[in-house]
Amino acid sequence: MARYKAIQDIMENIDEELVVCNIGFPSRELYEINDRSRNFYMIGSMGLASSIGLGLALSKPGDDIVVIDGDGSLLMNMGSLATVFANNPSNLTWIIIDNGAYGSTGNQDTYAQLIDLVETAKGVGFKNSFHYLDIDLKEVINSEDASFIVYETEPGNSKAPIIDIDPITIKERFMSSI
Amino acid sequence: MDSNDAVYDGLKDAGIDFVVSVPCVNLSEILNRLDEDPEIIHVPVTREEEGIGICAGAYLGGKKPAILMQNSGLGNSINALKSLTELYEFPLVMIMSHRGTEGESIVGQIPMGESTPRILEAMNFNFFKPQTPEAAYDDIRLSWEMSEEEGKPISILLEIKYW
Repeated sequence: MARYKAIQDIMENIDEELVVCNIGFPSRELYEINDRSRNFYMIGSMGLASSIGLGLALSKPGDDIVVIDGDGSLLMNMGSLATVFANNPSNLTWIIIDNGAYGSTGNQDTYAQLIDLVETAKGVGFKNSFHYLDIDLKEVINSEDASFIVYETEPGNSKAPIIDIDPITIKERFMSSI
Repeated sequence: MDSNDAVYDGLKDAGIDFVVSVPCVNLSEILNRLDEDPEIIHVPVTREEEGIGICAGAYLGGKKPAILMQNSGLGNSINALKSLTELYEFPLVMIMSHRGTEGESIVGQIPMGESTPRILEAMNFNFFKPQTPEAAYDDIRLSWEMSEEEGKPISILLEIKYW
């Protein structure tokens, strides 16, 4: 199975949570699967999904934030592991869909194929670092520490179309939904 | 007016309530004061680009964010400032210790220091270079509103001789 099914699985657990989604096919697929005003779709700035999620989590401690990130994007912003861990917002759940590939650019291999990301986050200090298939996502979302979850999939993109709402609208409808 | 007071008071009077930072020796007193201010969330970051993302998230969450950094951090943030901050019209105040300017003792600061204003010009971002604390206070105090109106970051460059 590929990323599309992983996003479907994740979204089955989402009610009122605010979702920040990684650039490229992940956002396109999320848009097709379950477009909602409480989704923030990244159109640029690869690597920053977890950073946007962190800023949001610290600003809105009463809301639960779920970040849908990717292994290639995580590798581009590894410092975020330190910053999220150190700030430890209990309302932040950071999910890496790890397909071992730069999916949106033609499925080139990433170094994540060689790295155990769950152990990496544990090594940084995350108390909650899990494989998706071992947990109940809703329980983890409601836990008392920031959480890091890796959902391993095969590479591959669906035929989800390009998002046809403009960035300002994505931002404005997201903010009015909070 | 003291040079540190000018920056701190300017940020407060602009309504800034969320700050990310990568330190510079010239910003150290301000960063300490931000840490002690219960009205401001201060998040030190590992790299400036990550800070640009955090500021975007903070704005989505209703905060008025600023980044404090050396001008070297501008170089580390260019893509995010364009493909996140400008693309979505996120307001942002950028306070930069402008190294590599008159009085610089570290040779490594000079190339980026010389290019910094021209990089901002090429990015089509407005910036101020206040020479006195009074001017810095005024520029910073008005910077948030300006950034909101323009839908782009506003930078305040504080050269070595400013301090």
